[in-house]
Amino acid sequence: MKISRWLRFAIVCAAMVFVFASVAQAAVSGKLEIFSWWAGDEGPALEALIDKYEKMYPGVNVVNSTVTGGAGVHAKAVLKTRLLGGDPPDTFQVHAGQELIGTWVVADRMEDLTKLYEQEGWHNVFPADLVKLLSTDKGIWSVPVNIHRSNVMFFIPDNLSKWGIGVPATWEEFLKIAPDLKAKGVIPLSVAENWTQTHLWESVALSVLGPDKWEKLWNGELSWKSPEVIKAWEMFGDILEYTNADASSLSWQQATDMVVKGQAAFNIMGDWAAGYMTTTLKLKPGTGFGWAASPGTNGIFMMLSDSFGLPVGCPNRENAIAWLKMLGSRDGQDAFNPLKGSISARTDSDLSKYDAYLQSAANDWRSNKIVGSLAHGVTANERFMNDFATVMEIFLQTKNAKAAANAAEAVAIQAGIGR
Amino acid sequence: MKPKGVTRVFVQTLAVLLAIAYLIPVYMTIVTSLKSPEEINLMTAWRLPSKLNWAGYSVAFRQFAPYLKNSFILAVCATLLSAVMGSLNGYVLCKYKLPGGRAIMPLIVFGMFIPYQSILVPLFQFMQKTKLYGGLPGLILVHVVYGLPITTLLFRSFYQEIPDELFGAAGIDGADFFGIFKYVIIPLSGPPFLVVCIWQFTQIWNEFLFAVTLTRPDAQPITVALANLAGGQAVSWNLPMAGSILAALPTVLIYILLGRYFVRGLLAGALKG
Amino acid sequence: MIILPSIALLAIFVYGFIGQTLKVSLTDWGREAALALHPEISYVGLKNYHELFTGFLNMRFRQDLANMFFFTLAFVGLSLFVGLVLATLIDQLVWGETFFRTVFLYPMSLSLVVTGTVWRWLLQPRGGINVLPTLVGLPAGEFLWLSSREQSLVFDWSHILYYICIIVLVVMAFMAYGHHRRGERQQFRTKAVISAILMGILVIGVAGGITLLDYPEEHGFNKAIWGVVMAAVWQMSGYTMALYLAGLRTISDELREAARVDGAGKFQIYRYVDLPLLKPITVSAVVILGHIALKIFDLIFAMAGPDHVPTSVPAITMFLKTFRGNELAVGSSIGIILLILVSLLIIPYLANSFKTGEQ
Repeated sequence: MKISRWLRFAIVCAAMVFVFASVAQAAVSGKLEIFSWWAGDEGPALEALIDKYEKMYPGVNVVNSTVTGGAGVHAKAVLKTRLLGGDPPDTFQVHAGQELIGTWVVADRMEDLTKLYEQEGWHNVFPADLVKLLSTDKGIWSVPVNIHRSNVMFFIPDNLSKWGIGVPATWEEFLKIAPDLKAKGVIPLSVAENWTQTHLWESVALSVLGPDKWEKLWNGELSWKSPEVIKAWEMFGDILEYTNADASSLSWQQATDMVVKGQAAFNIMGDWAAGYMTTTLKLKPGTGFGWAASPGTNGIFMMLSDSFGLPVGCPNRENAIAWLKMLGSRDGQDAFNPLKGSISARTDSDLSKYDAYLQSAANDWRSNKIVGSLAHGVTANERFMNDFATVMEIFLQTKNAKAAANAAEAVAIQAGIGR
Repeated sequence: MKPKGVTRVFVQTLAVLLAIAYLIPVYMTIVTSLKSPEEINLMTAWRLPSKLNWAGYSVAFRQFAPYLKNSFILAVCATLLSAVMGSLNGYVLCKYKLPGGRAIMPLIVFGMFIPYQSILVPLFQFMQKTKLYGGLPGLILVHVVYGLPITTLLFRSFYQEIPDELFGAAGIDGADFFGIFKYVIIPLSGPPFLVVCIWQFTQIWNEFLFAVTLTRPDAQPITVALANLAGGQAVSWNLPMAGSILAALPTVLIYILLGRYFVRGLLAGALKG
Repeated sequence: MIILPSIALLAIFVYGFIGQTLKVSLTDWGREAALALHPEISYVGLKNYHELFTGFLNMRFRQDLANMFFFTLAFVGLSLFVGLVLATLIDQLVWGETFFRTVFLYPMSLSLVVTGTVWRWLLQPRGGINVLPTLVGLPAGEFLWLSSREQSLVFDWSHILYYICIIVLVVMAFMAYGHHRRGERQQFRTKAVISAILMGILVIGVAGGITLLDYPEEHGFNKAIWGVVMAAVWQMSGYTMALYLAGLRTISDELREAARVDGAGKFQIYRYVDLPLLKPITVSAVVILGHIALKIFDLIFAMAGPDHVPTSVPAITMFLKTFRGNELAVGSSIGIILLILVSLLIIPYLANSFKTGEQ
């Protein structure tokens, strides 16, 4: 019976490994596991935060669990498998708003942070529009660490003057100058893979609907089949006529590159594109590249935000709360955001630490009407977002605004939007 | 009956052309991996780099080192375990009559064909419950289990070729089950063991779905790291290309050095129709 | 005794988990609080399956099925063809056999993730393969390898059952004819009865205007799939080559010699001696490649990303539904559908090979 002896030996070994592993875990007094999808270009910003935290709480060992790739799907898969098994990280990155609320808050997996907000005086420094997007009637659910703007149009000023065109203030104006550009062999608007098309759609829809109706769309007061929404799809279809055919095999950077190289005139992208052009392509904000609110959305700030929450049953709750406090503080936000290429969610941030683009965005943040982004998880839950990709597909395939509107209505009902 | 004359030249030329076509991706990968990010341009993608830039490799290697280590531990452990268990199974199933024996083999082998999507959700729930989720031991277990059908099948078809007289003789000499296994089977198992190991190693090294869903970041194997590198926000293509080469190197080397056995694994894996 | 642990493990990990998935697929796990510690789950019968095949919003899944079907056909067909050509070629080579065999087979040893990453670069619409012609002065290719939205072989999903009926009918009729010719009356009668029933269903269905959906829904062969097919054939044709080569080597020269004495030319020997003897190998290869094609996931994930509908397949949608959309029950249903499709291919093959194997 040699084999069974081996088997027994193996079992004993395995058991010992487990015992050691659990003992080792208990031995380190303080631990904090942060789960995020930040790596590559965004890695240094997170590192800066972790450094700061480790200086403030030297006894705590910060474990940085990063899962990147797959357009964020990998991170979601890993996070969900972990929480389903009752093994949450201490805190995790999530898009502020419904992406968090629709998945985790309704499942009673998050702790209410209202007390923390009151204690830290955050109600005074975060805009009320923002806090509203982070809350339900039962509480406030996450701490925003940064703010990105979704409705930004990028261009190269020199190229525009070369082609003799200005920056269109509305989509109608854009559609007027687009045929000329096309005749010159310039692609009027560059787009990239699937999600950037949804990203473009939300800017178009915001301009057609205006901020009030955009909000009504999400609280269920405005039907997806209403004439305004259908008009938004039609406008979107008209605009797509002037975009590049190879869109879906490009990354967003490649779409930005097309503008920089003069192959395309404009690109609608979140303001991480400003960071990409400044840091990676070494262009100077203002002269090297220019920006404006996307057509028809001047005075409106469509925001998205990365935030961190407090999962119920996380192993190191005190350390996680300390992390959240630091994230919400002025210092924390100003350490992170200049590196990340985003602005602070606070209205009292130190603007001298930010570059020209970010300063302009921060000024808009303090004065503009704030609405939430669909493409980046603020206004709709994950189920809606997953199925909205199908709606987009229906539209791209059929170019039928009514069909898309009907499909979107059906998705909204299934996903419980506005309920 | 080899061809002669014109046909011979034609055949030989065709083979060379096809070989070039099959090597094009390698050329492209190597060339791109050695360029500097500024030099990588879609239009000039085919040109040789003007200056060799090894930064892609050093960066990729630095990023990949822990994942390569994970992959080695994973692939070696899982390969050996599944091979040993497979050889025992194969031996028993081949030489002993078991109740319901006729049905057992197809039921086992079916396990190697199932789409893993159909067991994924219960699998990770199970892993969570047993606290095996997230680490290498859990992933090793999964690979061992889902590797059992193929290893069992390969060993069984090999042992079927051993003449029964050998066992009979050993039995008369008074050897029990393990005696036979030790003195008859093991000495004969060298080549099939190698075949099975090569096959399993390549499979496990290259696997992605389990790797991405069942591990925490610190235990991820190389395929996941590569997908992250290439699918993330990387703009400079030299990095994913260098990464691809690093990730592919071990299996390609095994294949070039031990190609004979690799092919035997392939053929045996195709069952005996 | 010795094999009990293995058997137990497989029983749990394969059959137990399949049962579990099946159970989940019959529930509504995936409503609002899907990820609660104790989610409210109720039994809904076959609703998820019904939704997947007929629900308006699951159009993507149906296009996935079409993609998978056409991908499987193209990939298996081309791999067999290319593999056969390569094997024949190598068999005829005078020198460098080992070298060429290695070259054609090496892609086999790569991870699909590596293949996907490399080919994504090669298939960039404005670079890679498309600019290859410019090296010899020709205009650059224009084909959008992975992102084309053009379709061919468009069909109406609401008639899908009829198409399936017709395909099965043709196969059955063909088999019935075979039995008839060989005088196997019993089998002939069974196949003929099945054919007649199918014919009846078809006639009643078409005459009654019964359709699966109330509206036409077009799906087709996305041309974007060709990019994936190319990469997959590049990777797997070495496999069929190795199989065929081994097959060609087992054909004895005496057999060929005999045919030659009978006056057969070189090509005729190939056609009437070699090819028929390779038939069993083809069957094995079809099954192995077919099940790989039905399960394909990593390659497309790495090549085109998960959100790229023109090249999406059920395995990818399953992943997104489960892990992004939180619809665990629907994801499980897709898993089960995949399992059924693979089983349709595998079970007859396993049954057959183990029946002959035991004799």
